[in-house]
Amino acid sequence: MYTQGLDQKTKTSDKPGPLEGPEQLAEFQARVDAEEKIEAKDWMPEAYRRTLVRQISQHAHSEIIGMQPEGNWLTRAPSLKRKAILLAKVQDEAGHGLYLYSAGETLGVSRDQMVADLLAGRAKYSSIFNYPTLTWADIGAIGWLVDGAAIMNQIPLCRCSYGPYARAMVRICKEESFHQRQGFEIMLELSKGTDAQKEMAQDAFNRWWWPSLMMFGPGDKDSKHSAQSMAWKIKRFSNDELRQKFVDVTVPQAQFLGLRVPDDDLHYNDETGHYDFGEIDWQEFLDVLAGNGPCNRQRMAQRTRAHEDGQWVRDAARAYAARQRAKAA
Amino acid sequence: MTDEEWPLYEVFIRARSGLSHRHAGSVHAADDEMALNHARDTYTRRMEGVSIWVVRSDKIVASDPAETSAFFEPAEDKVYRHPTFYEIPEGVENL
Repeated sequence: MYTQGLDQKTKTSDKPGPLEGPEQLAEFQARVDAEEKIEAKDWMPEAYRRTLVRQISQHAHSEIIGMQPEGNWLTRAPSLKRKAILLAKVQDEAGHGLYLYSAGETLGVSRDQMVADLLAGRAKYSSIFNYPTLTWADIGAIGWLVDGAAIMNQIPLCRCSYGPYARAMVRICKEESFHQRQGFEIMLELSKGTDAQKEMAQDAFNRWWWPSLMMFGPGDKDSKHSAQSMAWKIKRFSNDELRQKFVDVTVPQAQFLGLRVPDDDLHYNDETGHYDFGEIDWQEFLDVLAGNGPCNRQRMAQRTRAHEDGQWVRDAARAYAARQRAKAA
Repeated sequence: MTDEEWPLYEVFIRARSGLSHRHAGSVHAADDEMALNHARDTYTRRMEGVSIWVVRSDKIVASDPAETSAFFEPAEDKVYRHPTFYEIPEGVENL
């Protein structure tokens, strides 16, 4: 998930490339309409390629940055079991980032370039990872809500028209299910615990509920990339449709946990069969995207430091490989 | 030291014995041994394989998608290669 469909800072033109005749574009659209998968070396419109590079790299960056809020609790997990589970989950996030970078690379952009774009602030990652993990319950809330929202968004991406992205998503979705369940289980244990533990669970829920709803991106009327992405079958459902689905499945889970949804306007609508919910604070969303969320600077600083601290390892590995090659020659 | 990217390797995994290796994705690595280790850590965290092949992506020779129809054309008009091409009279069995 984590593809909120946002513009990069450097605007790229959506004009067709020089060799894109209307016939070629129509042929491409016909393949997409016939549910044929587009593969790496196939001809594709330049705007299709750019949209995918933006979306896939944004998605990959989100997985990598997403390791930070959870990594924060690795050394303080309440038991060895929880620590082992959390380590496995954080390692999965790194793996998801790698699957996605390699899907992105099939479009002719190197991983180094994508990473450089992130570090230079030219590429974005999901707004959700700019919130802090203040208590252990936040780890539960992230697994349950953030990964739950991610699954909602990612399952349709398994049928995305671009083959390498779709295949990466199939792999990710299989693993994501463990993430969500371990999070729900943490919340379940807290909800059966002492008053202080119940309070901790409610507090985490209060803080993560709205940011989780924002993960689906702007409302349909404000989502400018959506129509074209739908036509290209990169996207299968609109932001609002997916958000509604998420609310509908999550509210009963919260009720099971004995948690109160922090939304006074939330109620079940008998006519539509869906939960109606209150207005999202879009100003908060925009602020976080603009770099002014609680943790934006910290996240980027840590990622940059990790990248720089790893430089000697990359250098050493290259030097070792060069020496082995020289010896063999 | 030049900051040149580690080469790309394609990863193929045999899920269990009796099956062929299947393309799983790719990894970057400084050398072959590291490519195997990275492939294991990236693609088999849940026992997805019993054997891994890695090969430098630039060593793979691939057919050109733009030439697909011409390249596979020789097979197109040979329907007689398929058993369904032949008419078998009713009553004839085990054929």
